[in-house]
Order: sequence, then structure tokens, then C-alpha cells
Amino acid sequence: MLDKVLYVREEDSNIYLEFSGQFDLYKITRCEKQLDSFVFSSFKKIYIDLTKLSFLDTAGALFINSLQKEYTNVEIEYKNLTKDIVDTLELVKLKKLDIEEVGKNSDNLFVSVGKNVELFLVGFFSFFLFLKEVFLAKLHYLKSFKNIRIKEIIFEINESGIKALGIISITSILIGLVVAYQSAYQLKIYGANIFVVDMLGISMLRELAPLITAIVIAGRSGSAFTAQIGAMKITEELDAMRTMGFDPYAFLVLPRIIALMIVMPMLIFVSDMMGILGGIIVANLDLNISFTLFLDRFSTAVDIKHFYIGLFKGPFFAFLIATIGIYRGLKVKNDTQSIGFNTTRSVVESIFAVIVCDAIFSIIFTNMGI
Amino acid sequence: MGSIIKVRDVKTIFDKRVVHDGLNLTINQGEIYGLLGSSGCGKTTLLREMVMLQDFHGGEIEILGNNLSNISFENSQKLKREWGVLFQAGALFSSLTVAQNIALPLIEYSDLSKKMIDEIVKFKINLVGLKTSDGNLYPSQLSGGMKKKSALARSLAMDPKLLFLDEPTSGLDPVSAREFDSLILKLRSLLNLTIVMISHDLRSIYDTLDRLAIIDNKKIAYEGSIDNIDSLKGDFKHIFMKVDDE
Repeated sequence: MLDKVLYVREEDSNIYLEFSGQFDLYKITRCEKQLDSFVFSSFKKIYIDLTKLSFLDTAGALFINSLQKEYTNVEIEYKNLTKDIVDTLELVKLKKLDIEEVGKNSDNLFVSVGKNVELFLVGFFSFFLFLKEVFLAKLHYLKSFKNIRIKEIIFEINESGIKALGIISITSILIGLVVAYQSAYQLKIYGANIFVVDMLGISMLRELAPLITAIVIAGRSGSAFTAQIGAMKITEELDAMRTMGFDPYAFLVLPRIIALMIVMPMLIFVSDMMGILGGIIVANLDLNISFTLFLDRFSTAVDIKHFYIGLFKGPFFAFLIATIGIYRGLKVKNDTQSIGFNTTRSVVESIFAVIVCDAIFSIIFTNMGI
Repeated sequence: MGSIIKVRDVKTIFDKRVVHDGLNLTINQGEIYGLLGSSGCGKTTLLREMVMLQDFHGGEIEILGNNLSNISFENSQKLKREWGVLFQAGALFSSLTVAQNIALPLIEYSDLSKKMIDEIVKFKINLVGLKTSDGNLYPSQLSGGMKKKSALARSLAMDPKLLFLDEPTSGLDPVSAREFDSLILKLRSLLNLTIVMISHDLRSIYDTLDRLAIIDNKKIAYEGSIDNIDSLKGDFKHIFMKVDDE
């Protein structure tokens, strides 16, 4: 396989390193291993013989050069070297002088924790800066009706609302089935079959439908916002818009936010219906509660306020999802990696924000007695 | 010929790195002005500052009589209709066809009828040397040269007085690059444009530029016509040649 290139010989208190044949980067590790067993500082002189060398690449030359650097008592035998080898050695010697030792500025724990906290706070507050821009653009919108970009809003309503109907229907009907089925099993034990209506009605209308819708929309439309706007940023389309005097906030940001805020309550309504439908199916099959009996009980047991509260949350969730998605899109830097990073962040952050918002609403409404 | 752009003592700092420090230049009406310099010297940054995509940290930039540091929102909107910008990769809106791209500023800023807009769009498409049928293509279906031409057509949509070009011939083959040069010269005489361009292409530097500025060491190292550049001291010429190597 590989020829042996390095012959080591000890004599008196000197060491002779004889390189021969082709010395290139594939052979360096072997030479290093070979030399590991010697303690160089114990020798008086180190002789390096390159006379038998037929080829030397820059990696090999660097190896020899670093030997020379490390120990001051190195003597190199240059005799009969081809011009190529001498040139390579010279090149390495010359360019190595230019290399500045750059110390890695590794921070200690406190500094790096501080820096990360600072970064987090800067990111957190820059989100508010973004919100400021959004509201400024909104004010500009309100100045004249003509400024409202109806066409874009309708396009976005279709894109991120209407087209999501299928997946939201299926998810909701499944959740309705599961909730009804699991509670039916427990309720049967007490013979309290009919209470499945209360259970399902309140939990679905008030909490589950808004949350499911928000989570589906965050995963589906929020991430799409981030990726679209991020890609537009990379291709300089956003810059092109700015130089043409088109405010990206008016053209891209607000239509998306408004569209999602309009369409979200409608989606929640669909989710309500589908969830209840799932419940009716289980009640019918598993608990022998007929369709009419279910609806009869539904109208007496489930207050209309639960339905309104569910819809009321819609625009708030929509605002959070849309703003976080777009904000993440605008945060994309000039590389493709950051699209993936920011899309992930956008979904995670918007779902988290929605759940926090839901918790806050829950506390407020309960304390208000509704 | 009055001056259209005045840059006075501009200073730019990124984090802690100073990019420009006391940079001055003047661009006159009707000329093709080149910004040259080695990579990373801040040519694109300067261009972005001129078109209000980026803030600078000192000095003044005046464009068409507007001081960019204290320009009002209305004036900045007005100013943006008086210039066209060609980005390096075109930056065509990818969701729109070429024709829709060109029509967009016309639809937004004018009350022209659809028929009239179509007419203008077709004219602009032909003006930059594309076929009318190319207007129906999406940016992803275009070659590099066609993208640049389409983007040029878009930047000319509003008949600007001022055109900014960021490396118009980069990424083009030599034949297309020369075509683009002659297109720029032709447009200048047809539309009485003032053109500011960043270029690394030696041929287009010699063929098209009236005056040029070389940015070096955070300042303008040379400003003037290309003929006088030979009389410069060796150091500057060396920098200039380094530019040409790229």
C-alpha cells in the first residue's frame, strides 16, 4: 500500500529523520505516529534529510516546517533537491509568517450566559419594534380606504383560511369522537350517559375548537408566512419593494394579519360544528342517545356564551400566529439555513403564545364569571 | 449639467467595523457613473444607502435635491418613483409574471386604464430586448440574462430619471454582457437617464462609464474619468487592477 517515507535513526545524542519518496498529506499521520515515541527535547540535534524526497506537497512541507519551528536545534539537509520541492518549502515558510495567531476568545460561563440573555432580550424587544411598525402601517391604512389592499386580503383568506377547512374539519371531528368516546366509557359506569352532551359541548366550544384551529393554522399558515417572506428576503424582493416605494408592511404583512383575523372565527365555527358532529356520532352508536335527544339536551345544557367565548378568542390567536410567523420571516438572514431555523421557531413560538393567551383568557373569563 | 447626487462625509459603521469614513462624491445629470473597489469595500453598502435601504451614521446624502437624513415620508415616496433599482439577481417578484412585475408600479401609482398599462408593459419589454411573449413567463422560468433584462424593464416602468445598477453584467456570458452594456448606453441616450452602477467587469467599465469612483480604505481614492486613471500613482492603479482581476 503506502510506501514508508520516514526512516528514523538515533546516533549518539542526535536523531536523523530521513524522508524519501512521495511525502504528501496521506502520509503525515503515519509519520506523526512514528515520531510520537521519541522525546525530541532529549536530543542534542535533529537532522532532517530531504535528499531522497521525490515529491512534497504543501501539507508535507507544513509538517516539516512545524518541526523546524518547534525545535530550535533542527538542521535540514537540502542537497540535490528538485526545484519544485524547494519552492514548496519556501512558499510554506513565506506564507506561514503571515499567519497571525488568533486566540479563540472563549468566554467564561458568566460572560456567555450574559451574552445569551442579552441576545434573548434584544430579540424579545425587537418583536415589539416589529409590532410598532405593524401598527404604524395600520394607521396609514386607516387614513384612506383606498390604501386597504382588499385583493391581497381576499387572496390570503382563501390561501390560509378556506384551503385549511379540510384539515380542520377532519381534526375536529376526530377530537370530538375521541372526547365523546372516552367520556362515554366513564359516564356509562354511573349511568350518566346524557351528560356527554354537557361535557362535549362546553369543552369543544369553549376550549378545544379554538385551540385545535389555532394549532393547525400555526403549523400550516404561520409556517408558510415565515417561509414565503423569508425567501422573499433572501432574493432581495423585499428590498426591491422598498426601493419602489411599496411598504412591505402594507403589501405583505397587514393583509396576512387581517386576513387571518377575519377567517379565524369562521374556522373555529367550522371546528365547533365538526367536533359536535363527532360527539353526536359516538353518542348515537355508543350511548344510544338519539340525534334529537342530543340536540334537545344541548340547547338546555350548553350556554351560548361558551360559543361566543370560543369565537372571541379567534382574532387574538390569529393575530399572534400571523405576527409571529411574519416577524420570523423578516428575521431570516441571508442564508438558506435561517429559513428552516426561523420556520421551526415560528411554529413553536406561535403555538406557545396561543396557549399562553388561552390561559390568560381562561383566568380573565372565569374571574369575570362568564 | 447639475449634480443629481451629492454624498458628503458619509460614515458607516457595522457593529464596530468602520466601512465608510468621510466619503464624498458627486454624480452629475446624464452621466454613467461607476462605483468600483475591491470586494468588501462597501460599494453595495453605499448604493443601499443611496436608495434608502440602509441607514448611515454621519454625513449627508442628497439625491435629486432631497436630503436623505431628514426626508419626509411623502417626499421619500415621491423620490422612490423617480428612480429605478436593478438588483444583482434581479429580485423580480416570484409570484408574478414578468409582465405583471413591470405593470405593478404602474397599477399602484397611476390611474391608467388596463389597456394603456398593457401597452406600456409591452413597450418596456421590447425596449430591453425581450420578446413580447416573454412577458407571460414567471421569474423561475427565465435565464440569468433574461432575469436581468426583465428587472431592468421593471425599474424603467415609471420612466425614472435615475437608475441604480448593482453589477448589471455579473453572471452573464461575455456576449450577453456586451449586449447589456450597449443596451445601457442606448437607454441613456433614449431616455436621458443618469445611471449609477457597481461593476467589476473591465470591458463594461471601459465601454460604458463616463466617470467613476474607486472606494478604498473607507474613502474615495479616485473620482474622475477613466482616461485620467492612467496618470494616477501606481498604488491606486494597483487597486484598480485588482478590481479588474475579479
